Amino acid sequence: MLLRAENLSRRFGGVAAVQEVCLELEAGAVHSIIGPNGAGKTTLLNMLSGIYRPDSGRIFLEETELSSLPSHEFAAAGIGRTFQNLQIFFNMSALENVMAGRWLHERCSLGAALLRLPGLARAERRCRDAAAALLESVGLGRWLDADSDAMPYGALKRLEIARALAAQPKLLLLDEPAAGLNATETGEIDALIRTLAARGITVVLVEHNMKLVMEVSQHVIVLDYGRKLAEGDPRAVSEDRRVIEAYLGTDAQ
Amino acid sequence: MAFSAGALPSASSKALAGLARRKGLAALALAIALLPLALPNNYTYEIAILVGLNAIVCVGLNLLVGYAGQISLGHAGFFGLGAYGSAILAARYGWPPLASLAAATAAVALLAWAIGRPILRLRGHYLAMATLGFGIIVSIVLATEDRITGGPDGMAVPPLTVLGFAVSGEKTWYWLVGALLIASVWVAQNLIASPRGRALRALHGSEFAAGALGIDAARHKLSIFVVSAVFAAAAGALTAHYAGFITPAKASFLHSIELVTMVVFGGMASTYGAVLGAAVLTTLPQFLTVFKEYEMVLLGAVMMLTMIFMPQGLAPTLARALGPALEKLLAAARRKPV
Repeated sequence: MLLRAENLSRRFGGVAAVQEVCLELEAGAVHSIIGPNGAGKTTLLNMLSGIYRPDSGRIFLEETELSSLPSHEFAAAGIGRTFQNLQIFFNMSALENVMAGRWLHERCSLGAALLRLPGLARAERRCRDAAAALLESVGLGRWLDADSDAMPYGALKRLEIARALAAQPKLLLLDEPAAGLNATETGEIDALIRTLAARGITVVLVEHNMKLVMEVSQHVIVLDYGRKLAEGDPRAVSEDRRVIEAYLGTDAQ
Repeated sequence: MAFSAGALPSASSKALAGLARRKGLAALALAIALLPLALPNNYTYEIAILVGLNAIVCVGLNLLVGYAGQISLGHAGFFGLGAYGSAILAARYGWPPLASLAAATAAVALLAWAIGRPILRLRGHYLAMATLGFGIIVSIVLATEDRITGGPDGMAVPPLTVLGFAVSGEKTWYWLVGALLIASVWVAQNLIASPRGRALRALHGSEFAAGALGIDAARHKLSIFVVSAVFAAAAGALTAHYAGFITPAKASFLHSIELVTMVVFGGMASTYGAVLGAAVLTTLPQFLTVFKEYEMVLLGAVMMLTMIFMPQGLAPTLARALGPALEKLLAAARRKPV
Protein backbone atom coordinates (compact mmCIF):
# COMPACT_ATOMS: atom_id res chain seq x y z
CA MET A 1 0.00 0.00 0.00
CA LEU A 2 1.55 3.29 -1.09
CA LEU A 3 -0.91 5.72 0.44
CA ARG A 4 -3.45 5.21 3.18
CA ALA A 5 -5.91 7.85 4.35
CA GLU A 6 -8.16 7.29 7.34
CA ASN A 7 -11.44 9.14 7.87
CA LEU A 8 -10.39 12.42 6.27
CA SER A 9 -12.77 15.29 6.92
CA ARG A 10 -12.62 18.96 6.09
CA ARG A 11 -15.24 21.69 6.54
CA PHE A 12 -15.39 25.20 5.10
CA GLY A 13 -17.69 27.22 7.34
CA GLY A 14 -21.00 25.36 7.23
CA VAL A 15 -20.05 23.18 4.27
CA ALA A 16 -18.67 19.70 4.89
CA ALA A 17 -16.48 19.51 1.78
CA VAL A 18 -15.06 16.09 2.61
CA GLN A 19 -16.50 13.73 5.24
CA GLU A 20 -14.92 10.60 6.65
CA VAL A 21 -13.20 9.54 3.43
CA CYS A 22 -10.89 6.52 3.61
CA LEU A 23 -8.48 5.67 0.81
CA GLU A 24 -6.08 2.84 0.12
CA LEU A 25 -3.98 3.38 -2.96
CA GLU A 26 -1.99 0.49 -4.38
CA ALA A 27 1.47 1.34 -5.71
CA GLY A 28 1.97 1.39 -9.49
CA ALA A 29 -1.67 1.86 -10.44
CA VAL A 30 -3.69 4.75 -11.84
CA HIS A 31 -6.42 5.74 -9.38
CA SER A 32 -9.14 8.15 -10.47
CA ILE A 33 -11.35 10.27 -8.26
CA ILE A 34 -14.60 11.28 -9.94
CA GLY A 35 -17.83 12.91 -8.88
CA PRO A 36 -20.15 15.80 -9.72
CA ASN A 37 -18.96 19.40 -9.31
CA GLY A 38 -18.59 20.27 -5.63
CA ALA A 39 -18.26 16.61 -4.58
CA GLY A 40 -15.00 17.38 -2.74
CA LYS A 41 -12.45 16.01 -5.22
CA THR A 42 -10.10 18.99 -5.20
CA THR A 43 -10.45 19.41 -1.43
CA LEU A 44 -9.41 15.77 -1.03
CA LEU A 45 -6.45 16.29 -3.35
CA ASN A 46 -5.44 19.41 -1.41
CA MET A 47 -5.39 17.37 1.79
CA LEU A 48 -3.36 14.60 0.14
CA SER A 49 -0.75 17.20 -0.87
CA GLY A 50 -0.68 19.08 2.45
CA ILE A 51 -2.19 22.31 1.13
CA TYR A 52 -5.23 21.89 3.38
CA ARG A 53 -4.82 20.47 6.84
CA PRO A 54 -7.57 17.90 7.50
CA ASP A 55 -9.96 18.76 10.37
CA SER A 56 -9.70 15.12 11.34
CA GLY A 57 -8.25 11.92 9.94
CA ARG A 58 -4.74 10.73 9.12
CA ILE A 59 -2.62 10.32 6.01
CA PHE A 60 0.21 7.79 5.63
CA LEU A 61 2.63 7.47 2.73
CA GLU A 62 4.07 3.98 3.01
CA GLU A 63 4.58 3.84 6.78
CA THR A 64 5.26 7.57 7.33
CA GLU A 65 2.48 9.66 8.83
CA LEU A 66 2.11 13.02 7.05
CA SER A 67 -1.38 14.09 8.26
CA SER A 68 -0.90 17.73 9.24
CA LEU A 69 2.64 18.48 8.05
CA PRO A 70 3.16 21.51 5.76
CA SER A 71 2.94 20.92 2.01
CA HIS A 72 6.70 20.98 1.38
CA GLU A 73 7.03 17.97 3.72
CA PHE A 74 4.44 16.08 1.66
CA ALA A 75 6.56 16.84 -1.41
CA ALA A 76 9.73 15.75 0.36
CA ALA A 77 8.05 12.46 1.31
CA GLY A 78 7.32 11.80 -2.39
CA ILE A 79 3.93 13.29 -3.26
CA GLY A 80 3.87 15.57 -6.31
CA ARG A 81 0.95 17.32 -7.93
CA THR A 82 -0.42 19.57 -10.64
CA PHE A 83 -3.16 22.14 -10.23
CA GLN A 84 -6.63 22.53 -11.67
CA ASN A 85 -6.02 26.25 -12.20
CA LEU A 86 -2.50 26.40 -13.60
CA GLN A 87 0.15 27.35 -11.05
CA ILE A 88 2.99 27.89 -13.51
CA PHE A 89 5.89 30.12 -12.45
CA PHE A 90 5.15 32.72 -15.10
CA ASN A 91 8.24 34.69 -14.09
CA MET A 92 10.45 31.91 -15.52
CA SER A 93 11.11 30.07 -18.77
CA ALA A 94 9.73 26.58 -19.36
CA LEU A 95 13.15 25.08 -18.62
CA GLU A 96 13.53 27.07 -15.39
CA ASN A 97 10.09 25.92 -14.25
CA VAL A 98 11.22 22.31 -14.52
CA MET A 99 14.65 23.09 -13.01
CA ALA A 100 12.82 24.61 -10.02
CA GLY A 101 11.12 21.24 -9.71
CA ARG A 102 14.54 19.67 -9.04
CA TRP A 103 14.92 21.56 -5.73
CA LEU A 104 14.61 18.46 -3.55
CA HIS A 105 17.48 16.82 -5.46
CA GLU A 106 19.68 19.80 -6.40
CA ARG A 107 19.52 22.04 -3.38
CA CYS A 108 22.47 24.05 -2.09
CA SER A 109 23.41 26.04 1.00
CA LEU A 110 23.13 29.83 1.12
CA GLY A 111 26.91 30.21 1.37
CA ALA A 112 27.58 27.97 -1.63
CA ALA A 113 25.00 29.93 -3.64
CA LEU A 114 26.34 33.38 -2.73
CA LEU A 115 29.97 32.49 -3.47
CA ARG A 116 29.19 30.16 -6.39
CA LEU A 117 31.37 27.39 -4.99
CA PRO A 118 32.95 25.10 -7.63
CA GLY A 119 30.58 22.13 -7.26
CA LEU A 120 27.60 24.31 -8.11
CA ALA A 121 28.33 24.82 -11.80
CA ARG A 122 28.50 21.06 -12.34
CA ALA A 123 25.28 20.50 -10.37
CA GLU A 124 23.57 23.22 -12.43
CA ARG A 125 24.60 21.56 -15.68
CA ARG A 126 23.23 18.24 -14.42
CA CYS A 127 20.00 19.93 -13.34
CA ARG A 128 19.61 21.67 -16.69
CA ASP A 129 20.16 18.45 -18.65
CA ALA A 130 17.67 16.54 -16.50
CA ALA A 131 15.08 19.29 -16.95
CA ALA A 132 15.62 19.45 -20.71
CA ALA A 133 15.24 15.66 -20.98
CA LEU A 134 11.98 15.82 -19.01
CA LEU A 135 10.57 18.53 -21.26
CA GLU A 136 11.48 16.38 -24.25
CA SER A 137 9.75 13.41 -22.68
CA VAL A 138 6.42 15.25 -22.38
CA GLY A 139 6.74 16.54 -25.93
CA LEU A 140 7.77 20.11 -25.09
CA GLY A 141 11.25 19.96 -26.64
CA ARG A 142 10.62 22.97 -28.83
CA TRP A 143 9.58 25.14 -25.88
CA LEU A 144 12.75 24.71 -23.79
CA ASP A 145 13.77 28.36 -23.66
CA ALA A 146 10.32 29.83 -24.15
CA ASP A 147 8.99 32.30 -21.62
CA SER A 148 6.23 30.33 -19.94
CA ASP A 149 3.74 33.20 -20.33
CA ALA A 150 4.12 32.90 -24.10
CA MET A 151 3.14 29.21 -24.21
CA PRO A 152 -0.29 27.88 -25.24
CA TYR A 153 -2.62 26.41 -22.62
CA GLY A 154 -2.19 22.79 -23.69
CA ALA A 155 1.60 23.06 -23.44
CA LEU A 156 1.34 24.65 -19.99
CA LYS A 157 -0.72 21.69 -18.78
CA ARG A 158 2.12 19.36 -19.81
CA LEU A 159 4.73 21.76 -18.42
CA GLU A 160 3.11 21.39 -14.99
CA ILE A 161 3.33 17.62 -15.28
CA ALA A 162 7.01 17.81 -16.31
CA ARG A 163 7.74 20.12 -13.38
CA ALA A 164 6.01 17.76 -10.93
CA LEU A 165 7.96 14.80 -12.39
CA ALA A 166 11.24 16.68 -11.88
CA ALA A 167 10.83 16.14 -8.15
CA GLN A 168 10.70 12.36 -8.84
CA PRO A 169 7.51 11.71 -6.85
CA LYS A 170 6.34 8.25 -5.86
CA LEU A 171 2.76 9.46 -6.03
CA LEU A 172 1.62 12.04 -8.58
CA LEU A 173 -1.70 13.84 -8.11
CA LEU A 174 -3.14 15.24 -11.34
CA ASP A 175 -6.01 17.71 -10.86
CA GLU A 176 -8.02 17.79 -14.11
CA PRO A 177 -5.08 17.49 -16.52
CA ALA A 178 -7.40 17.32 -19.54
CA ALA A 179 -9.72 20.21 -18.60
CA GLY A 180 -9.97 22.67 -21.48
CA LEU A 181 -8.00 20.49 -23.90
CA ASN A 182 -9.18 19.36 -27.33
CA ALA A 183 -9.43 15.69 -28.36
CA THR A 184 -5.87 15.49 -29.73
CA GLU A 185 -4.36 17.10 -26.64
CA THR A 186 -6.45 14.87 -24.38
CA GLY A 187 -5.11 11.89 -26.31
CA GLU A 188 -1.57 13.09 -25.54
CA ILE A 189 -2.39 13.33 -21.84
CA ASP A 190 -3.87 9.84 -22.00
CA ALA A 191 -0.64 8.49 -23.50
CA LEU A 192 1.45 10.42 -20.99
CA ILE A 193 -0.43 8.98 -18.00
CA ARG A 194 0.07 5.47 -19.36
CA THR A 195 3.81 6.13 -19.75
CA LEU A 196 4.02 7.34 -16.15
CA ALA A 197 2.23 4.24 -14.89
CA ALA A 198 4.54 2.07 -16.96
CA ARG A 199 7.51 3.78 -15.30
CA GLY A 200 6.12 2.76 -11.92
CA ILE A 201 4.75 6.12 -10.80
CA THR A 202 1.47 5.83 -8.93
CA VAL A 203 -1.05 8.33 -10.29
CA VAL A 204 -4.15 9.86 -8.72
CA LEU A 205 -6.30 11.45 -11.39
CA VAL A 206 -9.12 13.88 -10.74
CA GLU A 207 -10.93 14.29 -14.03
CA HIS A 208 -14.33 15.03 -15.57
CA ASN A 209 -13.52 13.42 -18.91
CA MET A 210 -15.05 9.96 -18.34
CA LYS A 211 -13.56 8.45 -21.49
CA LEU A 212 -10.07 9.31 -20.23
CA VAL A 213 -10.85 8.03 -16.73
CA MET A 214 -12.24 4.73 -17.99
CA GLU A 215 -9.33 4.19 -20.34
CA VAL A 216 -6.37 4.83 -18.06
CA SER A 217 -7.45 3.90 -14.54
CA GLN A 218 -7.35 0.59 -12.76
CA HIS A 219 -9.22 1.91 -9.72
CA VAL A 220 -11.99 4.52 -9.57
CA ILE A 221 -13.27 6.28 -6.45
CA VAL A 222 -16.58 8.13 -6.67
CA LEU A 223 -17.29 11.06 -4.36
CA ASP A 224 -20.66 12.69 -3.85
CA TYR A 225 -21.46 15.44 -1.34
CA GLY A 226 -18.05 14.94 0.27
CA ARG A 227 -18.58 11.23 0.94
CA LYS A 228 -17.20 8.19 -0.79
CA LEU A 229 -20.08 6.77 -2.78
CA ALA A 230 -18.43 3.81 -4.47
CA GLU A 231 -15.09 2.46 -5.60
CA GLY A 232 -13.72 -0.35 -7.70
CA ASP A 233 -12.52 -1.09 -11.20
CA PRO A 234 -13.84 1.28 -13.91
CA ARG A 235 -16.40 -1.16 -15.31
CA ALA A 236 -17.94 -2.02 -11.93
CA VAL A 237 -18.15 1.65 -10.97
CA SER A 238 -19.74 2.71 -14.26
CA GLU A 239 -22.47 0.11 -13.77
CA ASP A 240 -23.05 0.95 -10.10
CA ARG A 241 -26.64 2.12 -9.57
CA ARG A 242 -25.76 4.74 -6.93
CA VAL A 243 -23.14 6.25 -9.24
CA ILE A 244 -25.58 6.52 -12.13
CA GLU A 245 -28.10 8.16 -9.80
CA ALA A 246 -25.55 10.66 -8.50
CA TYR A 247 -24.63 11.69 -12.02
CA LEU A 248 -28.00 11.60 -13.70
CA GLY A 249 -30.52 12.08 -10.89
CA THR A 250 -32.75 9.59 -9.09
CA ASP A 251 -35.23 9.08 -11.89
CA ALA A 252 -32.70 7.69 -14.33
CA GLN A 253 -33.55 4.08 -15.05
CA MET B 1 10.55 17.72 -33.67
CA ALA B 2 13.66 17.08 -35.73
CA PHE B 3 15.33 20.13 -34.21
CA SER B 4 14.54 19.27 -30.61
CA ALA B 5 18.01 17.95 -29.83
CA GLY B 6 17.53 19.15 -26.26
CA ALA B 7 21.08 19.38 -25.06
CA LEU B 8 22.04 21.79 -27.80
CA PRO B 9 19.75 24.77 -27.16
CA SER B 10 20.01 24.29 -23.41
CA ALA B 11 23.81 24.23 -23.47
CA SER B 12 24.03 27.30 -25.67
CA SER B 13 21.50 29.23 -23.59
CA LYS B 14 23.41 28.28 -20.45
CA ALA B 15 26.64 29.53 -21.98
CA LEU B 16 24.83 32.71 -23.01
CA ALA B 17 23.46 33.28 -19.51
CA GLY B 18 26.90 32.75 -18.01
CA LEU B 19 28.45 35.04 -20.59
CA ALA B 20 25.84 37.74 -19.95
CA ARG B 21 26.56 37.51 -16.24
CA ARG B 22 30.31 37.87 -16.69
CA LYS B 23 29.94 40.57 -19.37
CA GLY B 24 27.57 42.58 -17.20
CA LEU B 25 30.00 42.44 -14.31
CA ALA B 26 32.90 43.40 -16.59
CA ALA B 27 30.88 46.31 -17.98
CA LEU B 28 30.06 47.50 -14.46
CA ALA B 29 33.73 47.27 -13.44
CA LEU B 30 34.73 49.18 -16.56
CA ALA B 31 32.16 51.89 -15.87
CA ILE B 32 33.41 52.24 -12.30
CA ALA B 33 37.04 52.34 -13.50
CA LEU B 34 36.37 54.98 -16.17
CA LEU B 35 33.89 57.16 -14.28
CA PRO B 36 36.61 59.19 -12.43
CA LEU B 37 37.64 60.65 -15.83
CA ALA B 38 34.26 62.38 -15.85
CA LEU B 39 34.33 63.49 -12.21
CA PRO B 40 35.79 67.01 -12.06
CA ASN B 41 35.72 67.64 -8.31
CA ASN B 42 35.12 66.27 -4.83
CA TYR B 43 31.43 67.14 -4.99
CA THR B 44 30.86 64.87 -8.00
CA TYR B 45 32.92 62.14 -6.33
CA GLU B 46 30.65 62.46 -3.33
CA ILE B 47 27.56 61.91 -5.49
CA ALA B 48 29.20 58.88 -7.12
CA ILE B 49 29.98 57.42 -3.69
CA LEU B 50 26.38 57.95 -2.56
CA VAL B 51 25.17 56.28 -5.76
CA GLY B 52 27.38 53.30 -4.96
CA LEU B 53 26.19 53.03 -1.36
CA ASN B 54 22.52 53.31 -2.37
CA ALA B 55 23.10 50.79 -5.15
CA ILE B 56 24.44 48.26 -2.62
CA VAL B 57 21.25 48.62 -0.57
CA CYS B 58 19.10 48.33 -3.71
CA VAL B 59 20.90 45.21 -4.98
CA GLY B 60 20.05 43.55 -1.66
CA LEU B 61 16.51 44.91 -1.51
CA ASN B 62 15.89 43.75 -5.08
CA LEU B 63 16.62 40.16 -4.02
CA LEU B 64 13.72 40.43 -1.59
CA VAL B 65 11.31 42.63 -3.57
CA GLY B 66 12.15 41.89 -7.19
CA TYR B 67 13.03 38.20 -7.06
CA ALA B 68 11.21 36.78 -4.03
CA GLY B 69 8.26 39.16 -4.45
CA GLN B 70 8.12 40.22 -0.80
CA ILE B 71 7.68 43.91 -0.06
CA SER B 72 9.58 45.79 2.63
CA LEU B 73 8.78 49.39 3.54
CA GLY B 74 11.18 49.28 6.48
CA HIS B 75 14.59 48.77 4.94
CA ALA B 76 15.74 52.24 5.97
CA GLY B 77 15.30 50.87 9.49
CA PHE B 78 18.02 48.28 8.84
CA PHE B 79 20.12 50.93 7.10
CA GLY B 80 19.73 53.25 10.09
CA LEU B 81 20.43 50.55 12.67
CA GLY B 82 23.60 49.52 10.81
CA ALA B 83 24.67 53.15 10.66
CA TYR B 84 23.89 54.00 14.30
CA GLY B 85 25.06 50.64 15.60
CA SER B 86 28.50 51.07 14.09
CA ALA B 87 28.62 54.78 14.98
CA ILE B 88 27.72 54.20 18.61
CA LEU B 89 30.15 51.29 19.10
CA ALA B 90 32.95 53.33 17.53
CA ALA B 91 32.20 56.75 19.03
CA ARG B 92 30.92 55.85 22.50
CA TYR B 93 32.73 52.58 23.18
CA GLY B 94 35.92 53.16 21.25
CA TRP B 95 35.64 50.05 19.04
CA PRO B 96 37.80 50.08 15.91
CA PRO B 97 35.36 51.10 13.14
CA LEU B 98 35.85 47.95 11.06
CA ALA B 99 34.91 45.80 14.07
CA SER B 100 31.96 48.07 14.91
CA LEU B 101 30.76 47.82 11.31
CA ALA B 102 30.93 44.03 11.37
CA ALA B 103 29.28 43.79 14.80
CA ALA B 104 26.45 46.19 13.87
CA THR B 105 25.78 44.30 10.63
CA ALA B 106 25.73 40.96 12.46
CA ALA B 107 23.34 42.37 15.08
CA VAL B 108 21.02 43.66 12.37
CA ALA B 109 21.08 40.22 10.72
CA LEU B 110 19.97 38.69 14.02
CA LEU B 111 17.25 41.30 14.45
CA ALA B 112 16.01 40.79 10.87
CA TRP B 113 15.79 37.08 11.58
CA ALA B 114 13.83 37.65 14.81
CA ILE B 115 11.29 40.06 13.31
CA GLY B 116 11.18 38.27 9.95
CA ARG B 117 9.97 35.03 11.52
CA PRO B 118 6.58 36.40 12.59
CA ILE B 119 5.99 39.08 9.93
CA LEU B 120 6.96 37.12 6.81
CA ARG B 121 3.86 34.99 7.34
CA LEU B 122 1.98 38.06 6.17
CA ARG B 123 1.47 38.79 2.50
CA GLY B 124 1.05 41.81 0.26
CA HIS B 125 -0.41 44.86 1.97
CA TYR B 126 -0.16 43.27 5.41
CA LEU B 127 3.55 42.61 5.03
CA ALA B 128 3.96 46.19 3.81
CA MET B 129 2.19 47.48 6.95
CA ALA B 130 4.28 45.31 9.28
CA THR B 131 7.62 46.34 7.74
CA LEU B 132 6.43 49.95 7.72
CA GLY B 133 5.68 49.66 11.44
CA PHE B 134 9.15 48.28 12.08
CA GLY B 135 10.78 51.17 10.20
CA ILE B 136 8.75 53.76 12.10
CA ILE B 137 9.64 52.24 15.47
CA VAL B 138 13.35 52.31 14.57
CA SER B 139 13.29 55.95 13.47
CA ILE B 140 11.35 57.01 16.58
CA VAL B 141 13.76 55.18 18.89
CA LEU B 142 16.78 56.71 17.13
CA ALA B 143 15.28 60.19 17.40
CA THR B 144 14.25 59.94 21.06
CA GLU B 145 17.10 57.99 22.69
CA ASP B 146 19.16 61.17 22.51
CA ARG B 147 21.64 60.24 25.22
CA ILE B 148 23.21 57.60 23.00
CA THR B 149 22.06 58.62 19.52
CA GLY B 150 22.24 62.41 19.78
CA GLY B 151 18.52 62.64 19.04
CA PRO B 152 17.08 64.41 15.98
CA ASP B 153 20.30 66.43 15.56
CA GLY B 154 22.27 63.25 14.86
CA MET B 155 25.78 62.31 15.99
CA ALA B 156 29.34 62.51 14.75
CA VAL B 157 30.86 59.25 13.48
CA PRO B 158 34.61 58.43 13.59
CA PRO B 159 36.26 57.72 10.23
CA LEU B 160 36.72 54.17 9.00
CA THR B 161 40.11 52.60 9.63
CA VAL B 162 41.35 49.44 7.95
CA LEU B 163 44.41 47.77 9.52
CA GLY B 164 45.28 51.00 11.28
CA PHE B 165 45.02 53.19 8.17
CA ALA B 166 42.22 55.72 8.10
CA VAL B 167 40.07 55.56 4.97
CA SER B 168 39.77 59.20 4.05
CA GLY B 169 39.45 61.34 0.99
CA GLU B 170 36.83 61.10 -1.73
CA LYS B 171 39.06 59.09 -4.09
CA THR B 172 39.85 56.34 -1.58
CA TRP B 173 36.17 56.04 -0.68
CA TYR B 174 35.23 55.95 -4.33
CA TRP B 175 37.41 52.89 -5.02
CA LEU B 176 36.33 51.17 -1.81
CA VAL B 177 32.62 51.63 -2.54
CA GLY B 178 33.14 50.71 -6.20
CA ALA B 179 34.82 47.43 -5.23
CA LEU B 180 32.09 46.65 -2.70
CA LEU B 181 29.38 47.36 -5.27
CA ILE B 182 30.99 44.94 -7.73
CA ALA B 183 31.23 42.34 -4.98
CA SER B 184 27.55 42.90 -4.08
CA VAL B 185 26.39 42.51 -7.66
CA TRP B 186 28.53 39.38 -8.05
CA VAL B 187 27.12 37.79 -4.91
CA ALA B 188 23.52 38.72 -5.78
CA GLN B 189 23.84 37.28 -9.27
CA ASN B 190 25.42 34.10 -7.94
CA LEU B 191 22.45 33.64 -5.64
CA ILE B 192 19.90 34.24 -8.38
CA ALA B 193 21.63 31.80 -10.74
CA SER B 194 21.63 29.05 -8.08
CA PRO B 195 18.93 26.56 -7.07
CA ARG B 196 18.14 28.85 -4.13
CA GLY B 197 17.57 31.75 -6.51
CA ARG B 198 15.20 29.60 -8.52
CA ALA B 199 13.39 28.63 -5.32
CA LEU B 200 12.93 32.34 -4.50
CA ARG B 201 11.58 33.13 -7.95
CA ALA B 202 9.37 30.03 -7.71
CA LEU B 203 7.70 31.14 -4.50
CA HIS B 204 7.20 34.55 -6.09
CA GLY B 205 5.48 32.82 -9.04
CA SER B 206 3.26 30.55 -6.94
CA GLU B 207 3.66 29.65 -3.28
CA PHE B 208 1.32 26.67 -3.71
CA ALA B 209 3.36 25.22 -6.54
CA ALA B 210 6.65 25.93 -4.75
CA GLY B 211 5.37 24.04 -1.70
CA ALA B 212 4.30 21.13 -3.90
CA LEU B 213 7.91 20.91 -5.13
CA GLY B 214 9.29 20.71 -1.59
CA ILE B 215 10.33 24.35 -1.34
CA ASP B 216 9.83 25.65 2.20
CA ALA B 217 8.59 29.15 1.33
CA ALA B 218 8.75 30.48 4.91
CA ARG B 219 12.41 29.52 5.30
CA HIS B 220 13.45 30.95 1.95
CA LYS B 221 11.64 34.22 2.58
CA LEU B 222 13.28 34.54 5.97
CA SER B 223 16.78 33.86 4.67
CA ILE B 224 16.48 36.40 1.83
CA PHE B 225 14.98 38.95 4.23
CA VAL B 226 18.07 38.57 6.43
CA VAL B 227 20.44 38.76 3.43
CA SER B 228 18.80 41.95 2.18
CA ALA B 229 18.90 43.45 5.70
CA VAL B 230 22.65 42.70 5.82
CA PHE B 231 23.19 44.61 2.55
CA ALA B 232 21.25 47.57 3.99
CA ALA B 233 22.99 47.52 7.39
CA ALA B 234 26.49 47.29 5.91
CA ALA B 235 25.79 50.11 3.45
CA GLY B 236 24.27 52.14 6.29
CA ALA B 237 27.36 51.70 8.46
CA LEU B 238 29.63 52.64 5.54
CA THR B 239 27.52 55.71 4.80
CA ALA B 240 27.80 56.85 8.42
CA HIS B 241 31.60 56.45 8.50
CA TYR B 242 31.97 58.09 5.11
CA ALA B 243 29.81 61.13 5.92
CA GLY B 244 31.24 61.40 9.44
CA PHE B 245 27.77 62.24 10.63
CA ILE B 246 24.42 60.49 10.86
CA THR B 247 20.85 61.68 11.53
CA PRO B 248 17.63 59.70 12.09
CA ALA B 249 16.41 60.89 8.66
CA LYS B 250 18.48 58.04 7.16
CA ALA B 251 16.24 55.57 9.01
CA SER B 252 13.01 57.37 8.14
CA PHE B 253 9.94 56.09 6.33
CA LEU B 254 10.76 58.47 3.49
CA HIS B 255 14.17 56.85 3.00
CA SER B 256 12.52 53.39 2.93
CA ILE B 257 10.20 54.59 0.17
CA GLU B 258 13.15 56.07 -1.72
CA LEU B 259 14.92 52.71 -1.64
CA VAL B 260 11.90 50.75 -2.90
CA THR B 261 11.33 53.42 -5.57
CA MET B 262 14.90 52.98 -6.83
CA VAL B 263 14.36 49.23 -7.18
CA VAL B 264 11.01 49.58 -8.98
CA PHE B 265 12.24 52.46 -11.15
CA GLY B 266 15.33 50.55 -12.28
CA GLY B 267 13.35 47.38 -12.97
CA MET B 268 12.34 44.64 -10.55
CA ALA B 269 14.06 41.27 -10.72
CA SER B 270 17.05 42.88 -12.45
CA THR B 271 20.27 43.39 -10.50
CA TYR B 272 21.59 45.98 -12.93
CA GLY B 273 18.18 47.61 -12.83
CA ALA B 274 18.64 48.12 -9.08
CA VAL B 275 22.05 49.71 -9.72
CA LEU B 276 20.66 51.87 -12.51
CA GLY B 277 17.65 52.93 -10.42
CA ALA B 278 19.92 53.94 -7.55
CA ALA B 279 22.19 55.85 -9.95
CA VAL B 280 19.40 57.79 -11.67
CA LEU B 281 17.36 58.60 -8.58
CA THR B 282 20.45 59.64 -6.58
CA THR B 283 21.88 61.91 -9.27
CA LEU B 284 18.68 63.30 -10.79
CA PRO B 285 17.78 65.45 -7.75
CA GLN B 286 21.28 66.98 -7.93
CA PHE B 287 20.71 68.07 -11.54
CA LEU B 288 17.19 69.24 -10.77
CA THR B 289 18.39 71.65 -8.10
CA VAL B 290 18.76 74.27 -10.86
CA PHE B 291 14.95 74.32 -10.98
CA LYS B 292 14.93 75.38 -7.33
CA GLU B 293 11.43 75.12 -5.85
CA TYR B 294 10.18 73.01 -8.77
CA GLU B 295 12.77 70.31 -8.09
CA MET B 296 10.47 67.85 -6.31
CA VAL B 297 7.64 68.44 -8.80
CA LEU B 298 9.95 67.58 -11.68
CA LEU B 299 11.35 64.52 -9.92
CA GLY B 300 7.79 63.31 -9.33
CA ALA B 301 6.89 63.93 -12.97
CA VAL B 302 9.95 62.01 -14.24
CA MET B 303 9.01 59.06 -12.05
CA MET B 304 5.36 59.07 -13.12
CA LEU B 305 6.24 59.25 -16.80
CA THR B 306 8.79 56.45 -16.44
CA MET B 307 6.25 54.19 -14.77
CA ILE B 308 3.58 55.00 -17.40
CA PHE B 309 5.83 54.41 -20.39
CA MET B 310 8.20 51.82 -18.92
CA PRO B 311 6.14 49.85 -16.39
CA GLN B 312 8.85 47.14 -16.35
CA GLY B 313 11.39 49.70 -15.16
CA LEU B 314 14.42 51.22 -16.79
CA ALA B 315 16.82 48.30 -17.23
CA PRO B 316 14.45 45.68 -18.75
CA THR B 317 12.99 48.28 -21.14
CA LEU B 318 16.43 49.39 -22.29
CA ALA B 319 17.56 45.77 -22.63
CA ARG B 320 14.55 44.97 -24.83
CA ALA B 321 15.13 48.07 -26.95
CA LEU B 322 18.88 47.59 -27.34
CA GLY B 323 19.02 43.79 -27.15
CA PRO B 324 18.27 42.99 -30.83
CA ALA B 325 20.72 45.67 -32.02
CA LEU B 326 23.44 44.29 -29.73
CA GLU B 327 22.76 40.74 -30.89
CA LYS B 328 23.10 41.81 -34.53
CA LEU B 329 26.39 43.49 -33.69
CA LEU B 330 27.67 40.37 -31.93
CA ALA B 331 26.58 38.12 -34.78
CA ALA B 332 28.34 40.38 -37.28
CA ALA B 333 31.49 40.34 -35.16
CA ARG B 334 31.36 36.55 -34.99
CA ARG B 335 30.92 36.19 -38.74
CA LYS B 336 33.89 38.36 -39.67
CA PRO B 337 36.80 36.11 -38.61
CA VAL B 338 35.41 33.09 -40.53
